[in-house]
Amino acid sequence: MKTIAEIEREIVDEFAIFDEWVDKYAYLIEIGSGLEGMDEAHKTEENLIKGCQSRVWFHAEMKDGRLYFTADSDALITKGIAGLLTRVFSGQVPGDILSADLKFIDEIGLEQHLSPTRSNGLLSMIKQIRMYALAADASLKSEMK
Amino acid sequence: MFDVEKVRADFPILEEKIYDKRLVYLDSGATSQRPVQVVRKMDEYYLRYNSNVHRGVHFLSNKCTEANEEARETVRRFIHADASREVIFTRGTTESINLVAFSFGEAFVHEGDEILVTEMEHHADIVPWQMLCERKKAHLKVIPFLDNGELDLGQLDHLLTEKVKLVGVVYVSNVLGTVNPVKTIIERAHAVGAKVLVDAAQAVQHLPVDVRQLDCDFLVFSGHKLYGPTGVGVLYGKEALLEQMPPWQGGGEMIREVRFERTTYNELPFKFEAGTPDFIGIIGLDEAIKYVQHIGLEEIAAYEHDLLRCAMEQLKQIPGIRIFGEAAQKSSVLSFALGDVHHSDTGTLLDKMGIAVRTGQLCAEPTMQHYGVTGMVRASLGMYNTREEIDIFCEGLRKVGKIFRLG
Repeated sequence: MKTIAEIEREIVDEFAIFDEWVDKYAYLIEIGSGLEGMDEAHKTEENLIKGCQSRVWFHAEMKDGRLYFTADSDALITKGIAGLLTRVFSGQVPGDILSADLKFIDEIGLEQHLSPTRSNGLLSMIKQIRMYALAADASLKSEMK
Repeated sequence: MFDVEKVRADFPILEEKIYDKRLVYLDSGATSQRPVQVVRKMDEYYLRYNSNVHRGVHFLSNKCTEANEEARETVRRFIHADASREVIFTRGTTESINLVAFSFGEAFVHEGDEILVTEMEHHADIVPWQMLCERKKAHLKVIPFLDNGELDLGQLDHLLTEKVKLVGVVYVSNVLGTVNPVKTIIERAHAVGAKVLVDAAQAVQHLPVDVRQLDCDFLVFSGHKLYGPTGVGVLYGKEALLEQMPPWQGGGEMIREVRFERTTYNELPFKFEAGTPDFIGIIGLDEAIKYVQHIGLEEIAAYEHDLLRCAMEQLKQIPGIRIFGEAAQKSSVLSFALGDVHHSDTGTLLDKMGIAVRTGQLCAEPTMQHYGVTGMVRASLGMYNTREEIDIFCEGLRKVGKIFRLG
């Protein structure tokens, strides 16, 4: 299993081949279109990220101590961003997710989406992922006691 | 003769670069930019004359009070009201409507009565009435619109009954751009004894508005869509009606005498202006109106009409475009969808090209529901927009279409 930092490096390398912002966004849209999406049953109010202009859902499942994420959105750029996040975080242990210091967003030039007021709510997505990780981490620790 | 370049020179923000591209600002329907004259005037008052208005004995207070009241007179002339005491300053259109919903509602709306609005209203002209209806056990009824964006006036026959106490109608729709036949609606409403509030938030900056000619009972608008400051708005109301309405908020300036046993209220317009007003904003609004009047609303309307027609023609050429709102009488708003591309994707990509548009539900969810969409992209024009900017905008849309492989 690759580490969060290794997956981030891969993403940065993929985006590095594009000089123009248009191509970066086109790639993001391609990622969004290619993303499998999620089970309709998981598109619940609970999984809906608040504060986005488009609707974004994140669903988390715990398997063998690791968190697996699925995501979906009705907007493709947002879905592409969500896809990058699930790729980075899916299959990781909650402790690693919580201690991750995300760098790839800045490095691929999407940092403008990080502002908390941005309508596509990248920051809200990351917050949601961390909340899942926090809850999973707490339940793991209580199991160990 | 209208000279757009001369106008643009008064709006330095239009020269700003966004991501290294010159800003193309197509979001004036949300808030317009302010000319230097407005900003300078407010600066001058902040830096040289700032002092609280009304009842001050000293020079500065008098200076600000005079300017505040001169602004009221400017607004009166601007909308052709009979008297400046019919002009009440508020924080904006939304507050103006809430004031009427409360005060008119207290005086005139009872259980079983009806309030009538149109399907294309902004939330600000829906929710205050719903709150009123809940308070008074009254009912909210809706005048629907047709798919082309025009009101279905045929429905008035059965909707306008003597139960209707007030009709709230938007002069120019913030989504569809439709210029509604408010004069006809006012006549029809008056015939059954209903009063009419006209939401002119998207009208006063685009066309001459005359409350006497319309014979509306209330008319509301905001400063910041009229090239003036944010946080200032206007409520016009017929004097005889305002006199019969109780005050909304209590506090300073709205009182005559305060006794613990009983407080009496000030005369119009102060009865409805509790607390320190944003007098410097009001002075800025005065300057904004003078600026618009100096250019001339007839000239602005003619120029914007040409610009809109040119934009509509070009937009229709874009593969996959679906335009919402094609009323015969339409003002400077262009709402659309680009194929099945999500509005936020279109908006995000246009933003990267330096083009500012608004996306989403545009504070008009019922209008979205009418067309069965979750949101739209809206370009709204101001008097400073140019044909060249329309070209850049349409070119940008084609680029978005290409990224999404439309057409």
